Amino acid sequence: MTDLALPAAAPATVAATPVATPPWRRRALAYLQAAPLTLVFLIFLVVPLALTGIVSLWEYNEYEIIPALTLQNYADLFDGCLSADLCTTVRTYLSTVKFVALTLAITLPLGFAVAYFLAFHVRSGTVRMGLFLLCTIPFWTSNVIRMISWIPLLGRNGLVNDTLRGLGLIRAPIEGLLYSDFAVVLAFVHLDTVFMIVPIFNSLARIDRRLIEAARDGGASSAQILRNVVLPLAKPGIAIGAIFVVTLVMGDFVTVGVMGGQQIASVGKVIQVQMAYLQFPAAAANAMVLLAAVLLMILGLTRMIDLRREL
Amino acid sequence: MDQPRGPAFYLLGGIFALYVLFLYGPTLTILALSFQGPSGGLTFPMNGVSTHWFAKLWAGVGVVDIWAALRRSLALGLVVMALTVTLAFYAGLAFRKGFRGAGLVFALAVSSLIVPSIVVSLGIGLEFRLLDDAIKALAAATGWGFLEDHGTLMGLYTSALGAHLTWTLPFGLLILFAVFNRFDPAYEEAARDLGASGPQTLRHVVVPILAPALVGVALFGFTLSFDELARTSQAIGGRNTLPLELQGLTTTVTTPEIYALGTVTTAVSALVIGTALGLTLWLQKRRARRALAGLRP
Repeated sequence: MTDLALPAAAPATVAATPVATPPWRRRALAYLQAAPLTLVFLIFLVVPLALTGIVSLWEYNEYEIIPALTLQNYADLFDGCLSADLCTTVRTYLSTVKFVALTLAITLPLGFAVAYFLAFHVRSGTVRMGLFLLCTIPFWTSNVIRMISWIPLLGRNGLVNDTLRGLGLIRAPIEGLLYSDFAVVLAFVHLDTVFMIVPIFNSLARIDRRLIEAARDGGASSAQILRNVVLPLAKPGIAIGAIFVVTLVMGDFVTVGVMGGQQIASVGKVIQVQMAYLQFPAAAANAMVLLAAVLLMILGLTRMIDLRREL
Repeated sequence: MDQPRGPAFYLLGGIFALYVLFLYGPTLTILALSFQGPSGGLTFPMNGVSTHWFAKLWAGVGVVDIWAALRRSLALGLVVMALTVTLAFYAGLAFRKGFRGAGLVFALAVSSLIVPSIVVSLGIGLEFRLLDDAIKALAAATGWGFLEDHGTLMGLYTSALGAHLTWTLPFGLLILFAVFNRFDPAYEEAARDLGASGPQTLRHVVVPILAPALVGVALFGFTLSFDELARTSQAIGGRNTLPLELQGLTTTVTTPEIYALGTVTTAVSALVIGTALGLTLWLQKRRARRALAGLRP
């Protein structure tokens, strides 16, 4: 799924064979075949984003939105941000960025370790495929259910508290296992590590084993091989995984809502609440700022690698 | 790399095993707890084993018609699946031939993945609201009767369908890219040399060879739609899909009924995943068998 290589166009000899369809018909056919997919992205991605940008510049009151240009929505968003104590927007972003940093800090090494084990330590191809599937199957099941499934473990009388009490390690149950920052990060790691594993595994699987042999023959230690051979070649996978984690966590409102007991702020949640109160221009302005923030972070990540070479 | 297993193997193997436990443990916990006895609660211990909570679930959860939501999600999932396979397949063929703007379309697909879901959802919601407003304005201006009782264009098979496709199509396209990269054009040339027309080549050569991959795309199409929540949230009319109802229930339901619902939902996903993986294996085996049979004189 992360094989980001454009398939090579069919060789020209195909068009040159006598029975082949003439090139102009081939080209027309290609446009026709790509049109439905392109249309879906135009109608449900490009136009909506453009409209969001436009509406973010509109005025609104309690009853309606008014198509008149204003920058007020953006001004409201950053109202008071220049004062000494931080404004709500900056605080919300800091909280969300904190989740991004924590999730990255855990999913990256974890995903790398799992992918490394699969790619380098599992010798049989069938076993490797089976274990790889084992890691990806939960991705195809419901996220909300997977969040709920932490309740019996983390709750006040949950398995974790009961076990710790049974062992005599704690007297009173630990509050704040569930419905806390901890629970939110735990759920992010639970749900999103797969987005790290798959691209990193893909990168690792492509590494020519002879490079590693050569490094070993040259006298490199295992740590040196990891640092100087494997890690640089795994960089594209790491970057793609990080891009996924950044966008998933930055825009999240479901995980923060369910695992935070609807008490923790996040940028996505602010947008959702504004939509519920029909403050569309404010929500749109928020969405534009979020999009810009995410794109900036992605740009930073792609700087680390030459993504173009991967495409 | 076939050296004796070192400590690194056991360390990483341990991490892997713990990760798998972490991945599946919680889900298995609620599977067990959904068979909680009638007097049991949301946590262990199990007060007996029963199907009490499934029976309660069957009778309905409060005011929410959970079964209608499940039917809606199933139906939408099937439609998204069919469209994802078809659109991604044909787009994959187009990319293979190459066309002007291919890079741009590819960039669109990738951005569809990395634009935060809430932003996509809000955009589609806004688009449909503005469309509704425009239709109402048109009705007021023209007095055309058939536009008078216009409600909303937003709905399961309009805005929600589109929102789901923005999430499933990129995955489908990327899978097909990976597959077409390894697809030998010699098969098509051979078919064409033997006099097959374009559609015949597609039907009898390309599709059978790609069948396992297409099953994979279908799997992504259905399951990602069936569980989709963030992109649907602002882009659905009055009637919710199952994940949306589920999210609402997390704050209101405090009995193992919600675990029973979780078991049912996971069972649907597991059934689909099992069918897809089984089908893929069977297709690959059949192809291998036929290839062998073809080698015999």
